[in-house]
Amino acid sequence: MTYRNIVIVGGGPAGLAAATAAYDAGERDIVILEREEMLGGILNQCIHNGFGLHTFKEELTGPEYAARFEQLVYDRGIEYRLGSTVINVSADKVVTYVSEKEGLQKISAKAIVLTCGCRERPRGGINIAGARAAGIFSAGTAQKLVNIDGYMPGKEVVILGSGDIGLIMARRMTFEGAKVKAVVELMPYSSGLNRNIVQCLNDFNIPLMFSHTVVDIKATDGRVSSVVIAAVDERLQPVMSTAQEITCDTLLLSVGLLPENELAGYANVQLSPVTNGAVVDDQMMTDVEGIFECGNVLHVHDLVDYVSEEATHAGKCAAAYVKNGNTATEYVPTCGTNGVRYVVPQKIRKDDNYEQISLRMRVANAFRNVELAVLLDGEKIVSRRRPIVTPGEMETVVLNSELVKRVKQGGKLEVTLLGGTK
Amino acid sequence: MNDVLIIGAGVVGCSIARELSVWNLRITVVDKENDVAMGTSKANSGIAHAGFDAHTGTNKAIYNVLGAKMLPELARELDFPYRQNGAFVLCFDESGRPKLQELLEQGIRNGVQGLSILEGDQVRAIEPNVSDKVVAALYAETSGIVSPYEMTIAYAENAAVNGVEFLLDNEVRGIKRVESGFEVTLKDRTLLTKTVINCAGVYADAIYNMVSDKPLFEIVARKGEYCLLDKKCGGLTDKTLFQLPTAMGKGVLVAPTTHGNIIVGPTAEDVPDKDDVDTTFDGLNKAFNTASVSVPSLARRNIITQFAGLRAHADVNDFVIGESDVPCFYNVAGIESPGLTSAPAIAVDVAKAVAEKLHAVKKDNFVAKRKGIPCFAKMSDSERQQLIATNPLYGRIVCRCENVTEGEIVDSIRRPVGARDLDGVKRRTRAGMGRCQMGFCTPRVMEILCRELGMEMTEITKCGKGSHIVVGRTE
Repeated sequence: MTYRNIVIVGGGPAGLAAATAAYDAGERDIVILEREEMLGGILNQCIHNGFGLHTFKEELTGPEYAARFEQLVYDRGIEYRLGSTVINVSADKVVTYVSEKEGLQKISAKAIVLTCGCRERPRGGINIAGARAAGIFSAGTAQKLVNIDGYMPGKEVVILGSGDIGLIMARRMTFEGAKVKAVVELMPYSSGLNRNIVQCLNDFNIPLMFSHTVVDIKATDGRVSSVVIAAVDERLQPVMSTAQEITCDTLLLSVGLLPENELAGYANVQLSPVTNGAVVDDQMMTDVEGIFECGNVLHVHDLVDYVSEEATHAGKCAAAYVKNGNTATEYVPTCGTNGVRYVVPQKIRKDDNYEQISLRMRVANAFRNVELAVLLDGEKIVSRRRPIVTPGEMETVVLNSELVKRVKQGGKLEVTLLGGTK
Repeated sequence: MNDVLIIGAGVVGCSIARELSVWNLRITVVDKENDVAMGTSKANSGIAHAGFDAHTGTNKAIYNVLGAKMLPELARELDFPYRQNGAFVLCFDESGRPKLQELLEQGIRNGVQGLSILEGDQVRAIEPNVSDKVVAALYAETSGIVSPYEMTIAYAENAAVNGVEFLLDNEVRGIKRVESGFEVTLKDRTLLTKTVINCAGVYADAIYNMVSDKPLFEIVARKGEYCLLDKKCGGLTDKTLFQLPTAMGKGVLVAPTTHGNIIVGPTAEDVPDKDDVDTTFDGLNKAFNTASVSVPSLARRNIITQFAGLRAHADVNDFVIGESDVPCFYNVAGIESPGLTSAPAIAVDVAKAVAEKLHAVKKDNFVAKRKGIPCFAKMSDSERQQLIATNPLYGRIVCRCENVTEGEIVDSIRRPVGARDLDGVKRRTRAGMGRCQMGFCTPRVMEILCRELGMEMTEITKCGKGSHIVVGRTE
């Protein structure tokens, strides 16, 4: 067993930013554990551009964005171990990992930052009936095959779900000579960014069919040969009279991302059934003292810029925790109401001395001309006008922490939508 | 010249091959698929039935009880996952009690031990998630769970170690009776054999009818659809939960798997196409909704995958076992539930009969024991440390959901009757069996298969034949 002040589990965008911030806050005893053979996480396979507009005011590809944060880690000489998979995190903050080089190792940490990212919801998670054939991929798996390994998963493609990776892959597969026949979305709106719909589908005349789903998958000789799609009613049940068959050899699924919280579970960290991530306070600390979470393992973000921002805060707070211990005394709970599906953090330290607190949230439905309001014990303290909010785009409201100090005993912060049209 | 040709590499064919390999015989197993356990043996409930269901005196009843008694020792000898977890047959209505009593009495007549009837509250005291509506249940202490494909693979590997040859991806196209026995035409060769054992599952009638036009039996493919739940639901039940049986079978069950998932199903629907293992919208709903009657707290959001299997139901309503009207041609057909449990006992009897027919003598170098692939996920940390010290590839996790290492995947490919495709690796190591369902590990496992088998990425399949994963290089 070795002893470290901060162990960061995951060397993707969140882990890199958290490590850098912890270092810049004065902490020197940091190690990043990364299971892949390179830092950068999922950004390595995101070779399209559009990253970093907020952070760097320029458009970068995924690997370029990652490289900037990797450089910060290299510059500071922060230690990292590649090919090192963490297999357990205990509630008393012992991290167990294995690697080819080191075998099985245990590190006792003062603080742990979980930055393990998320995974894609598989076919089984949405119960699509039909053949269990080759040619069915989650969009991210196809992205890895195309962008990293250089292989085409298929020639004629239908995509179920309009999540960002699905949209990006529609364009990518088209560039590579495949025919993308349709993107089929169960909901009446997309869960992806609007800019991706324009740049990845509209520009290539790929039809996006809202309120439709795949009801059957057919196969010949073990490989997908067609899919049957149908419209769904307002209860999202397929209307079989609308069924139509589309010939294809590939079905890509972009039907949601799930924070990968197995390790948090082993450490008995309380998880939110809404975000599937940990319940954290405004310092990104979970209910297990000294275990922090940020990035897509905490809740699925729309832009990596916000991952970096959140992780920077988490890294800073982890360093402060190592130095000062737990300073939390009293919490104010947060909640989302009237169409605000969740708010992260789920609670705010009343004694917090950070000036600004970012509340991040997603809405359950698309609304136009809506007011995003923060209510403190029912009193409106912040109001933001939004021409449109959609489930695909994360919303952020920045609060002055002084406001939180006004909350009375037993009071709460509520983020809500006022007015607006669906 | 073969002494024995076994057609079908499911649990029946592989177990017979292993029991026959005790003797000095030249034995070949052929199967049309790319791996063993590709039919019913990979897609069933994985229950080691206690033996109270089948009518007393039938082959099903006899072999079930015999097989159930063999399984605990066999699982140790061949190192496959098995656990005696016990089962309840749930009764939701006072009017069902006489039926429970009948099952109990039938079980006792069949020679099943450890049967009793419990009241609803007693059942819930043991399994708190069982429905409040349950008024009573038959408890079968000796019921168990087994990993059906791993049991088949274990039998196949041990048979191969003892000299049995496996010809996979090699469909039987015709069988001709010749003076010395049979001339069997396969996809890529012709074999001569003294005896044939027909273990062809849903195709057993077609294989038999290659040598005889007698309508001895007909096999109906009876589809069963299943859902598999995430391991985090593993605590929902420890016992196997049946409902009172119906004419179509033992009904929908909720059970733990040997790996800690929860399995729900099967439905029962006769299908005309003997290759139809598609899941259906209605079937999945039915399996899930029926299972929810037993365990109301089952949640759809925890389903990680669905699958369907075909039971080989013989119209004669019992196992068809033994030498047919064609001398030296043996049928082992209609092996539907409780076929998995019965297989070890059937294998011993059939092997004995065939060996006697061929006047075979026993080998002096038969290897009875098999050691499976080390399972990193189930080890203690110190065991893991030792394992990685033997080979650093055991320190490289490939499947993050099930914690499967590259070392295990390499093992699965290099072993006798080793994996040749993604699903083969999956069944042997659990890489891809977890909650992401091969999302992350697909490309990695493909690379390892390429390296180990000297194949190109474009040649790698999901499960043989045309099931290629990638179609070519990018531009």
